[in-house]
Amino acid sequence: MLLNASGCLDALTAPEVARSLDAFVTKTITPEPRGGNPPVRIAETDAGMLNSIGLANPGRERFLADTLPRLRGLGVPVWVSVGGFSAAEYAETCAALEDVAAIELNLSCPNVDEAPESAAAIVAACRAATTLPLYAKLSSAAWDLAEGARAVEGAGADGLSLVNTLRGLALDPRTLRPTLARGSGGYSGPALKPVALAAVYACAEAVELPIVGMGGVCSGLDALELIAAGASAVAMGTILFSDPSAPVRIRSELAAETAARGLSDPLEARGLAHSSLQIGVSHSGNGMQKVPGNGRKVTA
Amino acid sequence: MRRELCSVAGSEQVGPYTLLRVGRSGLDTGVPGQFFMLEAPGRVLPRPMSVCVASAAELAFLIDPIGPGTRALCALEAGQDLHVLGPLGNGFDLAVERPLLVGGGIGIAPLPFLSQRLGRPPAILGFRSDWHAEAAALLPGAEVCVEPTYVTALLPDEPHDVLACGPEPMLEALRALVPAAQLAWEAPMACGYGACYGCAVEIEGEPKRLCVDGPVLTARKDLVAVSN
Repeated sequence: MLLNASGCLDALTAPEVARSLDAFVTKTITPEPRGGNPPVRIAETDAGMLNSIGLANPGRERFLADTLPRLRGLGVPVWVSVGGFSAAEYAETCAALEDVAAIELNLSCPNVDEAPESAAAIVAACRAATTLPLYAKLSSAAWDLAEGARAVEGAGADGLSLVNTLRGLALDPRTLRPTLARGSGGYSGPALKPVALAAVYACAEAVELPIVGMGGVCSGLDALELIAAGASAVAMGTILFSDPSAPVRIRSELAAETAARGLSDPLEARGLAHSSLQIGVSHSGNGMQKVPGNGRKVTA
Repeated sequence: MRRELCSVAGSEQVGPYTLLRVGRSGLDTGVPGQFFMLEAPGRVLPRPMSVCVASAAELAFLIDPIGPGTRALCALEAGQDLHVLGPLGNGFDLAVERPLLVGGGIGIAPLPFLSQRLGRPPAILGFRSDWHAEAAALLPGAEVCVEPTYVTALLPDEPHDVLACGPEPMLEALRALVPAAQLAWEAPMACGYGACYGCAVEIEGEPKRLCVDGPVLTARKDLVAVSN
């Protein structure tokens, strides 16, 4: 399953791109409208980019009245990314949502001050407010990500989204002052892939929850690697900025990478990174060698 | 919105700038003032460029090599390929009676194409040096000034429909002098098609994205916070 990372696509401006996904994830919605941070809000770096958009969004009321009905008209399952500045704010938005495929709780935006409660407390409040599937989007910067994953699982999350951007800083080479008006921003792009793989790998060992893997995905092989680390869905972020046709290309590459390993479905590779199952790449499509498993925790 | 792999036909030095010519590969030229996202070799993000010259076979972009992306684009050689996405955004409204083109520095980029579409109307251009002013050759017949003279000093007394592109101080000055002017603005953007929200500006009190609601805006609109 291919999705966009929250904040990396506007389905209403580019509906054909949204329709090339299996589900569309909205930009994060907060209770009140937010204009976001002042410009400059984007800076490219050598191996990625920084953004300090700051959760710009029309606010819950206008989103529910205006944006969501139009998104439903696109014919693509909609995941709503929910943000807030307290557990109660998250829970109020969750309670107001209905008829969407899932809710992703943005618990890790590096561009705004965080809610005082723990991720688990926020998940628990939202769990009490909705029966919709709840995905917790966690930061890989946590000192013990696996412990955080176990905590949100215990609080009632139905899945994890890994990873959000990491806080980074770029300096203008002329002035040696921060390029972004806010100073630091969220770092994304190709450099994030090993971070994402490590986070998915660690959480797949720790919990039974399905995981949406994201971070630096640029190719079908990147997607397959996240699945092998334990993801059951993959989201594309920064690549969408440079190539709106990336979902079509990556889907096709993922199918080819899967077939070249003698697998019939990408999800057959789920968790392979944790097992002693060895596969090779074969262009005849028959390269899989099965060896006894090691009782891996990951379940497809 | 279309993305094609285009082949570089060649490039020429124009003062400090490079005019990069690429095969159209079926891409529409769009309206003058619209822009394309050009894949910058070795970089994560493409770069927004407006069409400078359009022909049946080629699109040409005027590029100022000010950073790693624009330097990589200027270094492209004939026969190399790059992905080009567009045309994007809103261009100039060509239904004007007395057009006057106003350009400053690299901001003259969309004016040759605009001039062609409008039947070679009068144009005034400002540059920071004689070297930069060599780019005025792209717009034959234009009146040219070099700092410390600013292009606003060349504005005629009689009313015109001003269509302008240039640095923000120039656009701000024109905005004050010619409230009906059409101004092409610039902002850092990652995507060019409304996905990243990097190029947000405030228009009539509403947060808007310059890439989809601009880059050409009329001066009378209450546009603030293009920069700060």
